[in-house]
Amino acid sequence: MERPRYTVTATPHIRASDSIERTMYYVLIALAPAAVMGVVFFGLRALAVIGISIASAVIFEALYQKLTRKPVTVKDGSAVITGLLLAMTLPPALPLWMPVIGSFAAIVLVKQLFGGLGHNFLNPALAGRAILMAAYASPMTVAFYTPNVWGSVDAVTSATPLLLMESGVFTPSAPDFLASFAGNIGGSIGETAAFALLAGGLFLLVKKVITWHIPVSFIASAGVLAFLLNPGGVSGGIALYHILAGGLLLGAFFMATDYPTSPVTPVGKVIFGAGCGVITMVIRLYGGYPEGVAYAILLMNLAVPLIDRYTRPRVLGIKKRGA
Amino acid sequence: MIKALVRFKKGILDENPIFSQAIALCPVLAVTTTVNNGIGLGVATLSVLFASAMVVCFIRRFISDRVRIPCFIVISATFTTVVQLLMEAFLPALNDSLGIFIPLIVVNCLILARMESFAAKNPPLTVAFDSLGMGLGFTLALTLIGAVREVMGFGTVFGITVIPEAIPRNILMILPPGGFFVLGFLIVGLRALKRKGA
Repeated sequence: MERPRYTVTATPHIRASDSIERTMYYVLIALAPAAVMGVVFFGLRALAVIGISIASAVIFEALYQKLTRKPVTVKDGSAVITGLLLAMTLPPALPLWMPVIGSFAAIVLVKQLFGGLGHNFLNPALAGRAILMAAYASPMTVAFYTPNVWGSVDAVTSATPLLLMESGVFTPSAPDFLASFAGNIGGSIGETAAFALLAGGLFLLVKKVITWHIPVSFIASAGVLAFLLNPGGVSGGIALYHILAGGLLLGAFFMATDYPTSPVTPVGKVIFGAGCGVITMVIRLYGGYPEGVAYAILLMNLAVPLIDRYTRPRVLGIKKRGA
Repeated sequence: MIKALVRFKKGILDENPIFSQAIALCPVLAVTTTVNNGIGLGVATLSVLFASAMVVCFIRRFISDRVRIPCFIVISATFTTVVQLLMEAFLPALNDSLGIFIPLIVVNCLILARMESFAAKNPPLTVAFDSLGMGLGFTLALTLIGAVREVMGFGTVFGITVIPEAIPRNILMILPPGGFFVLGFLIVGLRALKRKGA
Protein backbone atom coordinates (compact mmCIF):
# COMPACT_ATOMS: atom_id res chain seq x y z
CA MET A 1 0.00 0.00 0.00
CA GLU A 2 1.30 3.41 -0.91
CA ARG A 3 1.89 5.87 1.90
CA PRO A 4 -0.46 8.87 1.72
CA ARG A 5 1.31 12.10 0.83
CA TYR A 6 -0.43 14.01 3.62
CA THR A 7 -0.18 13.51 7.38
CA VAL A 8 -3.21 12.15 9.18
CA THR A 9 -3.56 13.56 12.67
CA ALA A 10 -6.22 14.24 15.24
CA THR A 11 -7.64 17.74 15.71
CA PRO A 12 -6.81 20.61 16.14
CA HIS A 13 -5.48 21.24 12.64
CA ILE A 14 -5.13 25.00 12.77
CA ARG A 15 -2.82 26.28 15.46
CA ALA A 16 -2.24 29.84 16.60
CA SER A 17 1.29 30.94 17.21
CA ASP A 18 0.43 31.89 20.80
CA SER A 19 2.41 30.27 23.53
CA ILE A 20 2.87 30.79 27.24
CA GLU A 21 6.30 32.29 26.66
CA ARG A 22 5.01 34.72 24.06
CA THR A 23 2.10 35.91 26.19
CA MET A 24 4.35 36.38 29.22
CA TYR A 25 6.84 38.24 27.04
CA TYR A 26 4.15 40.69 25.93
CA VAL A 27 3.01 41.24 29.52
CA LEU A 28 6.61 41.96 30.55
CA ILE A 29 6.98 44.51 27.76
CA ALA A 30 3.70 46.11 28.81
CA LEU A 31 4.72 46.31 32.46
CA ALA A 32 8.19 47.66 31.76
CA PRO A 33 7.33 51.38 31.30
CA ALA A 34 5.48 51.61 34.63
CA ALA A 35 8.25 49.74 36.44
CA VAL A 36 10.88 52.02 34.88
CA MET A 37 8.88 55.10 35.94
CA GLY A 38 8.75 53.65 39.46
CA VAL A 39 12.54 53.43 39.52
CA VAL A 40 12.84 56.95 38.07
CA PHE A 41 10.66 58.43 40.79
CA PHE A 42 11.60 56.27 43.76
CA GLY A 43 15.23 55.58 42.98
CA LEU A 44 17.54 52.63 43.38
CA ARG A 45 15.65 51.52 46.47
CA ALA A 46 12.68 50.68 44.23
CA LEU A 47 14.99 48.88 41.82
CA ALA A 48 16.29 46.78 44.70
CA VAL A 49 12.75 45.82 45.77
CA ILE A 50 11.90 44.86 42.18
CA GLY A 51 15.11 42.86 41.73
CA ILE A 52 14.77 40.96 44.98
CA SER A 53 11.12 40.24 44.38
CA ILE A 54 11.70 38.83 40.88
CA ALA A 55 14.80 36.86 41.89
CA SER A 56 13.12 35.27 44.90
CA ALA A 57 9.98 34.41 42.91
CA VAL A 58 12.06 32.63 40.26
CA ILE A 59 14.19 30.85 42.87
CA PHE A 60 11.16 29.66 44.86
CA GLU A 61 9.52 28.35 41.69
CA ALA A 62 12.65 26.46 40.62
CA LEU A 63 13.26 25.17 44.15
CA TYR A 64 9.70 23.92 44.59
CA GLN A 65 9.71 22.20 41.21
CA LYS A 66 13.11 20.61 41.97
CA LEU A 67 11.96 19.39 45.39
CA THR A 68 8.75 17.90 44.05
CA ARG A 69 10.56 16.48 41.00
CA LYS A 70 8.44 18.36 38.51
CA PRO A 71 9.82 19.84 35.30
CA VAL A 72 11.38 23.21 36.11
CA THR A 73 9.45 25.81 34.12
CA VAL A 74 10.97 29.09 35.24
CA LYS A 75 11.86 29.85 31.62
CA ASP A 76 8.21 30.49 30.74
CA GLY A 77 8.50 33.86 32.48
CA SER A 78 5.42 33.51 34.65
CA ALA A 79 7.42 33.64 37.89
CA VAL A 80 9.26 36.72 36.63
CA ILE A 81 5.92 38.45 36.03
CA THR A 82 4.56 37.41 39.41
CA GLY A 83 7.70 38.80 41.08
CA LEU A 84 7.53 42.02 39.10
CA LEU A 85 3.79 42.51 39.75
CA LEU A 86 4.31 41.86 43.46
CA ALA A 87 7.12 44.43 43.63
CA MET A 88 4.97 46.97 41.79
CA THR A 89 2.32 46.74 44.52
CA LEU A 90 4.84 47.24 47.36
CA PRO A 91 5.88 50.52 48.94
CA PRO A 92 9.41 51.50 47.85
CA ALA A 93 10.93 51.83 51.36
CA LEU A 94 9.91 48.36 52.49
CA PRO A 95 12.61 46.35 54.34
CA LEU A 96 14.36 44.40 51.61
CA TRP A 97 13.70 40.92 53.05
CA MET A 98 9.92 41.37 52.99
CA PRO A 99 9.49 40.92 49.21
CA VAL A 100 11.08 37.47 49.70
CA ILE A 101 8.27 36.47 52.06
CA GLY A 102 5.73 37.92 49.63
CA SER A 103 7.23 35.92 46.76
CA PHE A 104 7.16 32.76 48.87
CA ALA A 105 3.47 33.27 49.61
CA ALA A 106 2.73 34.06 45.96
CA ILE A 107 4.71 31.27 44.31
CA VAL A 108 4.65 28.44 46.85
CA LEU A 109 1.42 28.91 48.78
CA VAL A 110 -0.90 30.22 46.09
CA LYS A 111 0.57 29.03 42.81
CA GLN A 112 2.55 25.80 43.21
CA LEU A 113 0.64 24.15 46.05
CA PHE A 114 -2.52 24.44 43.99
CA GLY A 115 -0.93 22.89 40.90
CA GLY A 116 1.28 25.54 39.30
CA LEU A 117 0.68 27.80 36.32
CA GLY A 118 -3.00 28.01 35.42
CA HIS A 119 -4.24 26.39 38.62
CA ASN A 120 -3.87 29.26 41.07
CA PHE A 121 -7.23 30.21 42.59
CA LEU A 122 -6.08 33.74 43.41
CA ASN A 123 -3.84 36.17 41.63
CA PRO A 124 -0.47 35.11 43.11
CA ALA A 125 1.09 38.57 43.23
CA LEU A 126 -1.93 40.09 44.96
CA ALA A 127 -2.15 37.20 47.41
CA GLY A 128 1.52 37.79 48.21
CA ARG A 129 0.77 41.44 48.86
CA ALA A 130 -2.29 40.62 50.98
CA ILE A 131 -0.28 38.20 53.11
CA LEU A 132 2.45 40.80 53.61
CA MET A 133 -0.28 43.29 54.52
CA ALA A 134 -1.71 40.90 57.14
CA ALA A 135 1.71 39.97 58.51
CA TYR A 136 3.47 43.33 58.50
CA ALA A 137 0.69 45.92 58.47
CA SER A 138 2.78 48.77 59.78
CA PRO A 139 5.80 48.65 57.39
CA MET A 140 3.40 48.03 54.51
CA THR A 141 1.49 51.24 55.19
CA VAL A 142 4.24 53.66 56.21
CA ALA A 143 7.07 52.75 53.83
CA PHE A 144 5.94 55.26 51.19
CA TYR A 145 7.90 58.35 50.37
CA THR A 146 7.59 61.40 48.19
CA PRO A 147 8.93 60.85 44.70
CA ASN A 148 12.31 62.34 44.11
CA VAL A 149 13.59 62.06 40.57
CA TRP A 150 16.54 59.67 40.64
CA GLY A 151 15.75 59.30 44.35
CA SER A 152 18.17 60.81 46.79
CA VAL A 153 19.10 58.98 49.97
CA ASP A 154 17.18 61.26 52.29
CA ALA A 155 13.79 60.77 50.69
CA VAL A 156 11.00 61.94 52.97
CA THR A 157 8.46 59.45 54.22
CA SER A 158 5.03 60.64 53.25
CA ALA A 159 1.44 59.55 53.03
CA THR A 160 -0.02 58.62 49.66
CA PRO A 161 -2.79 60.77 48.16
CA LEU A 162 -5.32 58.03 48.93
CA LEU A 163 -4.23 57.97 52.58
CA LEU A 164 -4.73 61.74 52.71
CA MET A 165 -8.12 61.49 51.03
CA GLU A 166 -9.11 58.78 53.53
CA SER A 167 -8.39 61.14 56.40
CA GLY A 168 -10.26 63.92 54.58
CA VAL A 169 -7.48 66.52 54.47
CA PHE A 170 -6.82 66.48 50.75
CA THR A 171 -8.73 67.62 47.72
CA PRO A 172 -6.86 67.21 44.45
CA SER A 173 -6.28 70.34 42.37
CA ALA A 174 -5.13 70.70 38.75
CA PRO A 175 -1.37 70.13 39.30
CA ASP A 176 -2.18 66.99 41.26
CA PHE A 177 -3.86 65.46 38.21
CA LEU A 178 -0.80 66.09 36.12
CA ALA A 179 1.48 64.66 38.79
CA SER A 180 -0.68 61.59 39.12
CA PHE A 181 -0.78 61.12 35.36
CA ALA A 182 3.02 61.28 35.20
CA GLY A 183 3.56 59.25 38.34
CA ASN A 184 5.10 62.04 40.40
CA ILE A 185 3.14 61.15 43.56
CA GLY A 186 3.62 58.91 46.56
CA GLY A 187 2.50 55.33 46.20
CA SER A 188 3.56 51.79 45.53
CA ILE A 189 6.46 51.31 43.10
CA GLY A 190 4.55 50.46 39.95
CA GLU A 191 1.16 52.08 40.45
CA THR A 192 1.84 55.78 40.25
CA ALA A 193 2.65 56.44 36.58
CA ALA A 194 -0.83 56.43 35.04
CA PHE A 195 0.35 57.17 31.49
CA ALA A 196 2.81 54.26 31.52
CA LEU A 197 0.16 51.86 32.81
CA LEU A 198 -2.31 53.07 30.18
CA ALA A 199 0.30 52.61 27.46
CA GLY A 200 1.08 49.11 28.68
CA GLY A 201 -2.62 48.24 28.91
CA LEU A 202 -3.24 49.50 25.36
CA PHE A 203 -0.31 47.42 24.13
CA LEU A 204 -1.84 44.29 25.67
CA LEU A 205 -5.22 45.14 24.11
CA VAL A 206 -3.67 45.65 20.68
CA LYS A 207 -1.72 42.40 20.97
CA LYS A 208 -4.97 40.68 22.05
CA VAL A 209 -3.38 39.36 25.23
CA ILE A 210 -6.36 40.79 27.13
CA THR A 211 -9.82 41.91 26.07
CA TRP A 212 -11.42 45.25 26.91
CA HIS A 213 -14.20 43.82 29.09
CA ILE A 214 -12.51 43.61 32.47
CA PRO A 215 -10.44 46.84 32.47
CA VAL A 216 -13.27 48.95 31.05
CA SER A 217 -15.98 47.63 33.39
CA PHE A 218 -13.60 47.82 36.36
CA ILE A 219 -12.53 51.41 35.73
CA ALA A 220 -16.00 52.57 34.67
CA SER A 221 -17.80 51.14 37.69
CA ALA A 222 -15.20 52.54 40.08
CA GLY A 223 -15.38 55.93 38.35
CA VAL A 224 -19.17 56.10 38.42
CA LEU A 225 -19.29 55.18 42.10
CA ALA A 226 -16.58 57.73 42.95
CA PHE A 227 -18.57 60.35 41.01
CA LEU A 228 -21.87 59.61 42.76
CA LEU A 229 -20.73 58.75 46.27
CA ASN A 230 -18.04 61.37 46.87
CA PRO A 231 -18.53 62.57 50.47
CA GLY A 232 -18.10 66.22 49.41
CA GLY A 233 -20.89 66.04 46.79
CA VAL A 234 -21.04 64.80 43.20
CA SER A 235 -17.70 65.57 41.56
CA GLY A 236 -16.19 64.58 38.24
CA GLY A 237 -12.72 65.67 39.31
CA ILE A 238 -12.67 63.41 42.33
CA ALA A 239 -13.86 60.51 40.19
CA LEU A 240 -11.01 61.05 37.72
CA TYR A 241 -8.54 61.30 40.57
CA HIS A 242 -9.76 58.05 42.09
CA ILE A 243 -9.09 56.37 38.75
CA LEU A 244 -5.59 57.84 38.39
CA ALA A 245 -4.46 57.42 41.99
CA GLY A 246 -3.70 54.18 43.75
CA GLY A 247 -3.45 50.81 42.10
CA LEU A 248 -6.64 50.93 40.05
CA LEU A 249 -5.06 51.08 36.58
CA LEU A 250 -2.38 48.54 37.48
CA GLY A 251 -5.02 46.22 38.91
CA ALA A 252 -7.53 46.68 36.10
CA PHE A 253 -5.14 46.04 33.20
CA PHE A 254 -2.60 43.63 34.64
CA MET A 255 -4.04 41.79 37.62
CA ALA A 256 -7.78 41.42 37.19
CA THR A 257 -7.13 40.09 33.66
CA ASP A 258 -5.03 37.12 34.84
CA TYR A 259 -6.44 34.13 32.85
CA PRO A 260 -6.90 31.45 35.54
CA THR A 261 -8.57 33.87 37.95
CA SER A 262 -10.97 35.69 35.64
CA PRO A 263 -14.19 34.48 33.96
CA VAL A 264 -14.24 32.93 30.51
CA THR A 265 -17.19 34.57 28.76
CA PRO A 266 -17.45 38.28 27.85
CA VAL A 267 -20.57 38.70 30.02
CA GLY A 268 -18.79 37.05 32.92
CA LYS A 269 -15.82 39.36 32.44
CA VAL A 270 -18.03 42.44 32.60
CA ILE A 271 -19.69 41.18 35.80
CA PHE A 272 -16.25 40.41 37.23
CA GLY A 273 -14.82 43.84 36.35
CA ALA A 274 -17.86 45.69 37.67
CA GLY A 275 -17.68 43.74 40.92
CA CYS A 276 -14.01 44.65 41.29
CA GLY A 277 -14.82 48.34 40.76
CA VAL A 278 -17.69 48.34 43.25
CA ILE A 279 -15.70 46.57 45.99
CA THR A 280 -12.71 48.86 45.39
CA MET A 281 -14.80 51.99 45.87
CA VAL A 282 -16.68 50.62 48.87
CA ILE A 283 -13.36 49.90 50.59
CA ARG A 284 -11.87 53.26 49.60
CA LEU A 285 -14.87 55.33 50.66
CA TYR A 286 -16.30 53.40 53.60
CA GLY A 287 -13.67 50.88 54.66
CA GLY A 288 -10.78 51.18 57.08
CA TYR A 289 -8.11 50.90 54.37
CA PRO A 290 -7.28 53.78 52.02
CA GLU A 291 -6.87 51.38 49.07
CA GLY A 292 -9.08 48.47 48.10
CA VAL A 293 -7.99 47.34 44.62
CA ALA A 294 -6.04 44.32 45.87
CA TYR A 295 -8.79 43.01 48.11
CA ALA A 296 -11.44 43.73 45.49
CA ILE A 297 -9.63 41.62 42.89
CA LEU A 298 -8.91 38.82 45.39
CA LEU A 299 -12.56 38.68 46.47
CA MET A 300 -13.76 38.62 42.88
CA ASN A 301 -11.15 35.90 42.09
CA LEU A 302 -12.98 33.73 44.58
CA ALA A 303 -16.29 34.45 42.84
CA VAL A 304 -15.00 33.42 39.40
CA PRO A 305 -16.20 29.77 39.51
CA LEU A 306 -19.66 31.05 40.44
CA ILE A 307 -19.69 33.68 37.67
CA ASP A 308 -18.51 31.10 35.14
CA ARG A 309 -21.27 28.77 36.22
CA TYR A 310 -24.03 31.30 35.69
CA THR A 311 -22.69 32.77 32.46
CA ARG A 312 -22.12 29.47 30.73
CA PRO A 313 -23.10 29.97 27.07
CA ARG A 314 -26.04 28.06 25.61
CA VAL A 315 -25.02 24.98 23.69
CA LEU A 316 -26.05 25.26 20.03
CA GLY A 317 -29.40 23.60 19.40
CA ILE A 318 -30.27 23.10 23.04
CA LYS A 319 -32.97 25.19 24.65
CA LYS A 320 -32.34 26.83 27.98
CA ARG A 321 -34.15 25.19 30.84
CA GLY A 322 -37.39 27.01 31.55
CA ALA A 323 -37.23 28.97 28.28
CA MET B 1 2.39 -5.31 78.19
CA ILE B 2 4.05 -5.22 74.77
CA LYS B 3 0.78 -4.27 73.14
CA ALA B 4 0.34 -1.47 75.66
CA LEU B 5 3.77 -0.04 74.88
CA VAL B 6 3.09 -0.26 71.15
CA ARG B 7 -0.10 1.78 71.69
CA PHE B 8 1.88 4.34 73.68
CA LYS B 9 4.40 4.81 70.89
CA LYS B 10 1.77 4.86 68.16
CA GLY B 11 -0.15 7.62 69.92
CA ILE B 12 2.90 9.84 69.86
CA LEU B 13 4.28 9.01 66.41
CA ASP B 14 2.39 6.95 63.82
CA GLU B 15 -1.10 7.86 64.96
CA ASN B 16 -0.38 11.30 66.33
CA PRO B 17 -3.82 12.89 66.82
CA ILE B 18 -2.81 16.18 65.16
CA PHE B 19 -0.17 15.34 62.57
CA SER B 20 -1.55 11.97 61.42
CA GLN B 21 -5.23 11.82 62.33
CA ALA B 22 -5.79 15.59 62.01
CA ILE B 23 -8.58 15.59 64.59
CA ALA B 24 -9.42 18.08 67.36
CA LEU B 25 -8.00 20.91 65.25
CA CYS B 26 -10.25 23.72 66.47
CA PRO B 27 -8.55 24.30 69.86
CA VAL B 28 -5.19 23.58 68.26
CA LEU B 29 -5.46 26.40 65.76
CA ALA B 30 -7.19 28.75 68.15
CA VAL B 31 -4.92 28.77 71.19
CA THR B 32 -1.44 27.70 70.08
CA THR B 33 -0.09 31.21 69.73
CA THR B 34 2.54 30.60 72.43
CA VAL B 35 4.45 27.61 73.83
CA ASN B 36 2.81 28.07 77.22
CA ASN B 37 -0.68 27.93 75.74
CA GLY B 38 0.25 24.82 73.78
CA ILE B 39 1.61 22.96 76.81
CA GLY B 40 -1.28 24.17 78.99
CA LEU B 41 -4.05 22.98 76.71
CA GLY B 42 -2.11 19.82 75.91
CA VAL B 43 -1.66 18.79 79.55
CA ALA B 44 -5.26 19.71 80.40
CA THR B 45 -6.52 17.53 77.55
CA LEU B 46 -4.10 14.74 78.48
CA SER B 47 -5.41 14.62 82.06
CA VAL B 48 -9.06 14.62 81.02
CA LEU B 49 -8.38 12.00 78.35
CA PHE B 50 -6.50 9.68 80.71
CA ALA B 51 -9.00 9.93 83.57
CA SER B 52 -12.07 9.57 81.33
CA ALA B 53 -10.60 6.64 79.41
CA MET B 54 -9.81 4.79 82.63
CA VAL B 55 -13.30 5.37 84.03
CA VAL B 56 -14.92 4.25 80.79
CA CYS B 57 -12.71 1.19 80.76
CA PHE B 58 -13.76 0.14 84.28
CA ILE B 59 -17.50 0.89 84.16
CA ARG B 60 -18.20 -0.01 80.54
CA ARG B 61 -20.08 -3.19 81.44
CA PHE B 62 -22.65 -1.07 83.29
CA ILE B 63 -23.19 1.32 80.39
CA SER B 64 -25.99 0.40 78.03
CA ASP B 65 -24.88 0.54 74.42
CA ARG B 66 -27.69 2.88 73.44
CA VAL B 67 -26.77 5.63 75.84
CA ARG B 68 -23.01 5.25 75.74
CA ILE B 69 -22.28 8.60 74.05
CA PRO B 70 -24.20 10.67 76.68
CA CYS B 71 -22.41 8.66 79.37
CA PHE B 72 -19.01 9.38 77.81
CA ILE B 73 -19.84 13.09 77.69
CA VAL B 74 -20.89 13.12 81.34
CA ILE B 75 -17.65 11.42 82.32
CA SER B 76 -15.42 13.77 80.34
CA ALA B 77 -17.46 16.77 81.55
CA THR B 78 -16.79 15.71 85.14
CA PHE B 79 -13.03 15.65 84.66
CA THR B 80 -13.04 18.81 82.57
CA THR B 81 -14.76 20.62 85.44
CA VAL B 82 -12.10 19.33 87.82
CA VAL B 83 -9.32 20.51 85.51
CA GLN B 84 -10.92 23.89 85.03
CA LEU B 85 -11.39 24.51 88.76
CA LEU B 86 -7.78 23.49 89.40
CA MET B 87 -6.56 25.84 86.67
CA GLU B 88 -8.62 28.74 87.95
CA ALA B 89 -7.17 28.19 91.42
CA PHE B 90 -3.52 27.60 90.62
CA LEU B 91 -2.85 28.92 87.09
CA PRO B 92 -5.20 31.91 86.68
CA ALA B 93 -3.10 33.54 83.93
CA LEU B 94 -3.07 30.40 81.79
CA ASN B 95 -6.76 29.93 82.47
CA ASP B 96 -7.44 33.43 81.16
CA SER B 97 -5.46 32.96 77.97
CA LEU B 98 -7.03 29.57 77.18
CA GLY B 99 -10.51 30.91 77.96
CA ILE B 100 -13.44 29.01 76.47
CA PHE B 101 -11.19 26.24 75.14
CA ILE B 102 -10.85 24.66 78.58
CA PRO B 103 -14.59 23.94 78.99
CA LEU B 104 -14.65 22.88 75.34
CA ILE B 105 -12.35 19.94 76.20
CA VAL B 106 -15.63 18.16 77.06
CA VAL B 107 -16.48 17.81 73.40
CA ASN B 108 -12.91 17.39 72.15
CA CYS B 109 -13.23 14.74 69.47
CA LEU B 110 -9.91 13.15 70.40
CA ILE B 111 -11.32 12.23 73.83
CA LEU B 112 -14.61 10.95 72.43
CA ALA B 113 -12.80 8.99 69.74
CA ARG B 114 -10.50 7.24 72.24
CA MET B 115 -13.38 6.41 74.58
CA GLU B 116 -15.60 5.11 71.82
CA SER B 117 -13.06 3.25 69.72
CA PHE B 118 -10.50 2.11 72.29
CA ALA B 119 -11.32 2.45 75.99
CA ALA B 120 -14.67 0.71 75.61
CA LYS B 121 -13.11 -2.39 74.02
CA ASN B 122 -9.66 -3.00 75.49
CA PRO B 123 -8.08 -4.13 78.80
CA PRO B 124 -7.19 -1.45 81.39
CA LEU B 125 -3.41 -1.50 80.99
CA THR B 126 -3.57 -1.05 77.21
CA VAL B 127 -6.18 1.68 77.62
CA ALA B 128 -3.95 3.51 80.12
CA PHE B 129 -0.95 3.49 77.78
CA ASP B 130 -3.09 4.31 74.76
CA SER B 131 -4.61 7.39 76.36
CA LEU B 132 -1.24 8.50 77.74
CA GLY B 133 0.36 8.09 74.30
CA MET B 134 -2.44 9.93 72.52
CA GLY B 135 -2.48 12.68 75.12
CA LEU B 136 1.28 13.08 74.95
CA GLY B 137 1.23 13.10 71.17
CA PHE B 138 -1.43 15.82 71.31
CA THR B 139 0.59 17.83 73.85
CA LEU B 140 3.82 17.56 71.85
CA ALA B 141 2.06 18.64 68.66
CA LEU B 142 0.52 21.67 70.39
CA THR B 143 3.83 22.61 71.96
CA LEU B 144 5.61 22.39 68.61
CA ILE B 145 2.99 24.49 66.80
CA GLY B 146 2.95 26.95 69.70
CA ALA B 147 6.74 27.28 69.62
CA VAL B 148 6.88 27.98 65.89
CA ARG B 149 4.07 30.54 66.10
CA GLU B 150 5.50 32.25 69.18
CA VAL B 151 8.95 32.62 67.61
CA MET B 152 7.58 33.97 64.33
CA GLY B 153 4.70 36.02 65.70
CA PHE B 154 6.07 37.43 68.95
CA GLY B 155 9.81 36.77 68.52
CA THR B 156 9.89 35.02 71.89
CA VAL B 157 10.03 31.53 73.42
CA PHE B 158 8.42 31.10 76.84
CA GLY B 159 8.18 34.89 76.86
CA ILE B 160 11.96 35.34 76.42
CA THR B 161 12.91 37.45 73.42
CA VAL B 162 14.93 35.49 70.86
CA ILE B 163 14.55 37.73 67.82
CA PRO B 164 15.82 41.33 68.13
CA GLU B 165 13.11 43.93 68.72
CA ALA B 166 14.15 45.81 65.59
CA ILE B 167 12.82 43.10 63.26
CA PRO B 168 9.09 43.55 62.63
CA ARG B 169 6.93 40.72 63.96
CA ASN B 170 4.92 38.55 61.59
CA ILE B 171 1.44 39.23 62.94
CA LEU B 172 -0.10 36.72 60.53
CA MET B 173 1.47 33.88 62.50
CA ILE B 174 -0.55 34.64 65.62
CA LEU B 175 -3.79 34.97 63.64
CA PRO B 176 -5.81 31.80 62.89
CA PRO B 177 -4.63 31.58 59.23
CA GLY B 178 -1.05 31.44 60.53
CA GLY B 179 -2.06 28.39 62.57
CA PHE B 180 -3.20 26.62 59.40
CA PHE B 181 0.03 27.52 57.58
CA VAL B 182 2.23 26.28 60.43
CA LEU B 183 0.23 23.06 60.84
CA GLY B 184 0.37 22.37 57.11
CA PHE B 185 4.11 22.91 56.84
CA LEU B 186 4.80 20.83 59.97
CA ILE B 187 2.80 17.93 58.53
CA VAL B 188 4.71 18.20 55.25
CA GLY B 189 8.03 18.29 57.12
CA LEU B 190 7.21 15.33 59.37
CA ARG B 191 6.00 13.22 56.46
CA ALA B 192 9.17 13.99 54.54
CA LEU B 193 11.26 12.99 57.57
CA LYS B 194 9.27 9.79 57.98
CA ARG B 195 9.71 8.85 54.34
CA LYS B 196 13.44 9.39 54.65
CA GLY B 197 13.60 7.25 57.78
CA ALA B 198 11.53 4.43 56.31
